[in-house]
Amino acid sequence: MMLLEQICRDFQVGDQIVHALDHVDLSIAAGEYISVMGPSGSGKSTLLNLLGLLDRSTSGTYWLNGKDVSRLPDNELAEQRQLNIGFIFQSFHLIPRLSALENVELPLVLSGETPKQRRERAREVLDAVGLTARVDHRPDQLSGGERQRVAIGRAIVMKPSVLLADEPTGNLDSRSGQEVVDILESLNRDGICLLVVTHDAELGQRARRRLAMHDGKIVGDVRQ
Amino acid sequence: MLGRDIVRFTLRSVLDRRLRSVLTALGIAVGVTAVVLLTSIGEGLNRYVVEQFTQFGTSTLAINPGKATTFGISPGVLNSVRPLSLEDAEALQRAPHVLNSVPAVSGSASVEARGRERTVNVFAVGPEFDRAFKFDVRLGSFLPADELDRPRPVAVLGATAYEELYGSANPLNDRVRIGGDRYRIVGVMEAKGDMLGIDLDDTVYIPAASGLTLFNREGLHEIDVLYDENAPVDEVVAGIRRILLARHGSEDFTITTQQQMLDVLGSILNVLTVGVAALGGISLLVGGVGIFTIMTIAVRERTGEIGLLRAIGAARSRVSALFLGEAMLLSGFGGAAGLVLGFVVIAVVELVYPAMPVSISLTYVVLSLAVAVLIGLIAGLLPARTASRLEPLEALRTE
Repeated sequence: MMLLEQICRDFQVGDQIVHALDHVDLSIAAGEYISVMGPSGSGKSTLLNLLGLLDRSTSGTYWLNGKDVSRLPDNELAEQRQLNIGFIFQSFHLIPRLSALENVELPLVLSGETPKQRRERAREVLDAVGLTARVDHRPDQLSGGERQRVAIGRAIVMKPSVLLADEPTGNLDSRSGQEVVDILESLNRDGICLLVVTHDAELGQRARRRLAMHDGKIVGDVRQ
Repeated sequence: MLGRDIVRFTLRSVLDRRLRSVLTALGIAVGVTAVVLLTSIGEGLNRYVVEQFTQFGTSTLAINPGKATTFGISPGVLNSVRPLSLEDAEALQRAPHVLNSVPAVSGSASVEARGRERTVNVFAVGPEFDRAFKFDVRLGSFLPADELDRPRPVAVLGATAYEELYGSANPLNDRVRIGGDRYRIVGVMEAKGDMLGIDLDDTVYIPAASGLTLFNREGLHEIDVLYDENAPVDEVVAGIRRILLARHGSEDFTITTQQQMLDVLGSILNVLTVGVAALGGISLLVGGVGIFTIMTIAVRERTGEIGLLRAIGAARSRVSALFLGEAMLLSGFGGAAGLVLGFVVIAVVELVYPAMPVSISLTYVVLSLAVAVLIGLIAGLLPARTASRLEPLEALRTE
């Protein structure tokens, strides 16, 4: 489903060039559960952003569902993100003035779905993440765990093939973190491909496939 | 994204920061109010002046000595100019379509009656004056139809002059002194009000020939002609020109029709209205700067949100449209509020000062609203561009 061939991503820092990704080859199949671990600056977030089409490689080819997306124009990248990818951020990135339901609806609003259909779909998704009673609450009226569940709802509302989660439990206490992980894993069991970037070794160990990164290279790829 | 969703989304963000939005829109509102108010005064003034000039009917024209190519009263003292004479006025009586031809000289002089003295406007006119300009006589009669060059020394008092000199006593056949000469009062006019601030009632009417002597002038200031309102103006003017050319030998006079006068006045007053509209426009511009500032701040504050929208599939143009929409919404709100405020102020002015000439000009109302929204669009352009140019990854990192 996702195939990276000889991907490099260089950053200019002062007058030095940093190789955040250094000739990375990676193949990800549909429905996998992958964790990416490694020290800070190892390139794991860059890898995630690149897979999520938020960033472009300096060189190399990225095949997404059989399509070369490494040199797509900006608008088509946005479209690919909309259709294929769900993002979950450490800091949730909910829009504070919108209710939980409206936040979940947002991708459907952007794609031009009619109000009736998207409302139905958004409720379904909020049911699935266990927030049936909180649909009309605004983010500041929700706990951290609930916020992240709203964010998960938003990420899956378009039925993407892959969920990219960057430290999804990083801002949560262990109990709500566990809830969030449970939801993500149950979504993975239902067939969605889940890729989690984390510092948390315990969370990392749960994945069926564990990537270890160091200095922009994948140095370990363990399958259970 | 559906059109109504764009509107809803922008409306939500505008309403979310209510105080800030209201203050920003207020800048535009004040501008629109200023435009509506100022142009209404301009328009009111315009109508007031036209009314003043047409109160004597529109089928009149004036002949002045001297050739002028623009509107203006020629002094009539240039060497090559023959003065307009009483005989000219009499001859014009026979021009085609002409109903009345009234010679006129005017000035001010002091009038003495029964030991009182008052300086008034003296209109030395022909005996047809009252009929030509629809002035009514209250007491006695207007100036008699004597021979133009040898009139009897008689005078008619305007309403104010009469009241000031006589109170309510009967003035008929009383003797008065006007600038040293003796006149007999034969009539009193009804009050007529004023024209452009000149009191038409604080006057004394005497025969035109007496006026020439009184003011020591060779010729008339003006001959006023009243013509048949159904007659074509060109023909009337041509007939008058033919007669005067025959008498003077060259065109040393100027014929100004009422319509020309109104046109010139109208164009002057329109410039005035445009001028005050531009003044109001400046405050609109300031309001635009306010919107620009607020939108720039909004883009900064909501960088994370922009990043998120881009991450979940919004194209750059969509982000740009959302922020542009917000700017236009702010200016649109402001514009509408400004209109309402303007109408309220005008209504209050009309209530408190009924004499103040105000008249709402629909053209400027529509124009100011359109300009307000346009200013919102322009003010939002740069912030919206900034928003759309943000890289999603960079934007998401900001928080």
